[in-house]
Amino acid sequence: MKKQTIWTILTVSVLALHTIPAAAQDATTINLKSLAATCANCHGTNGKAFEGSAVVTLAGLPKNYIVTQMKAFASGQRPATIMHQLAKGYSDTQIEQIASYFAAQKK
Amino acid sequence: MIQRRSFLHTSAAISLLGLGACATTASIPAKAKVVVIGGGYGGATAAKYVRLLSEYKIDVVMIEPNYNFVSCPISNLVIGGSKQLADLTTPYSGLSSNHGVTVVRDTVTSIDPSKKTVTLSQGQSVAYDKLIVSPGIDLNFASIEGLKAASESGQILQAWKAGAETVALRKQLEAMPDGGTYAIAIPLAPYRCPPGPYERASQVAWYFKNKKPKSKVLILDANPDVTSKGPLFKAVWANDYKGILEYRGNHKTVAVDARTNTVKFDVQDDVTATVLNVLPAMRAGQIALQAGLANQANNNWCGVNYVTFESTAAKDIHVLGDSIQIAPGMPKSGHMANSQAKVCATAVVAQLSGWEVNAAPMLTNTCYSFVDDKRVVHVASVHQIGQFDGRTTFVTVPGSGGVTAAATGATELEGVYAMNWAKNIWADTLS
Repeated sequence: MKKQTIWTILTVSVLALHTIPAAAQDATTINLKSLAATCANCHGTNGKAFEGSAVVTLAGLPKNYIVTQMKAFASGQRPATIMHQLAKGYSDTQIEQIASYFAAQKK
Repeated sequence: MIQRRSFLHTSAAISLLGLGACATTASIPAKAKVVVIGGGYGGATAAKYVRLLSEYKIDVVMIEPNYNFVSCPISNLVIGGSKQLADLTTPYSGLSSNHGVTVVRDTVTSIDPSKKTVTLSQGQSVAYDKLIVSPGIDLNFASIEGLKAASESGQILQAWKAGAETVALRKQLEAMPDGGTYAIAIPLAPYRCPPGPYERASQVAWYFKNKKPKSKVLILDANPDVTSKGPLFKAVWANDYKGILEYRGNHKTVAVDARTNTVKFDVQDDVTATVLNVLPAMRAGQIALQAGLANQANNNWCGVNYVTFESTAAKDIHVLGDSIQIAPGMPKSGHMANSQAKVCATAVVAQLSGWEVNAAPMLTNTCYSFVDDKRVVHVASVHQIGQFDGRTTFVTVPGSGGVTAAATGATELEGVYAMNWAKNIWADTLS
């Protein structure tokens, strides 16, 4: 039930971001941007890493791909140097939110 | 790399010219919605993200005395000799040209929390609705007898704020005859960059191993044991730097004698070395101390509400980065300051917009240490708001975080990620 509410808000805010950005700005959207910005230190602002970066650009990756990879890191199915330790720090809901955000960003 | 370097040189030259040309005409606004003190990882990121998150509606003035940002992370490689200072230098011009931050090259001499103004070195004042204070650390020279004079004369350096002193320490090592000793003295935690001293010792050992094989590295640590990535560093020291690097815990420095280049401890015997690198106790940056924001741990660090990073000593003043009283498991690192700045920027934008503040912000930390010119070990963590000792604070998310696997130890692959991390976080902070 709670998940569905978050989903509705998320869908609306992500859509809004890309149609009428000026009017869409509110607490929900900045909180989503802020959550996604926890990835930006390594993956670049709004998920855009520098060209040729060995740390991947997340912007524009399909949502399901990001979710699947984060879960594979967390479970240990996908080997990593560091991402398995970071992936375990996020809830399923947060991973969904982050993935939706980056999927909606231009590459 | 060559391209990047020449780009950096060019832009550094341009910004020097630019600032020189407009230094007399630069208009300093009398008021800004948000004023940021300090252009390090915390302050620069906060300035950029207040602009980004407010969709460029909230004006930001950032006050910083240096022409360029010089990164502390990676600066130990300048001391080891595999990087130059230009490799870790970024101009502040990206913040103004890409994000419309007004960058004022000056120093804040006082804060008036009741009038909500800051005063600059020439007496101008800037009013704010929200003030973000991110001044880094102050080296408390009074904690070690004789150190202030020895440091001012250029004999016993710290190089704990990257810049000219980083290069000066490298020059001391280059001038040292083979067969000499480099000793680094480490204060009790908490201090800026927990693994930093051990990374630096490793860098110097790598340089000696290749260029001055009869020389020694001595770590004189006030703490009982290595405070960060201990087993990983020790494995490298045993495998790569055996006979070169020696670690001594429980060595709390109380005095230096510049005449004989000797360090004195509270209990242990004196140590004399050719090149001394003595780090005193650290505390919140000068302006935070002076403004009374350092209200924790014997008035050394600044208490904050972790959900907003608003000071517990003054309303509408937020404190970031190395100056704050840390939450459990929270290191004083550049990555952490960048993470805190985003939480703070989000709260400041929400408060100025009349929105509810996010009650559940998140932080990450990723810290890479180079053990030679290529190989790296890391520590990482993820933090959420929780309860500790009956207080609301940041706690690490259970099950998350960790260090480089002991089985692999330091690798070149992590070295590649570390340099890519550096370039991405510099851009995230400044471009």
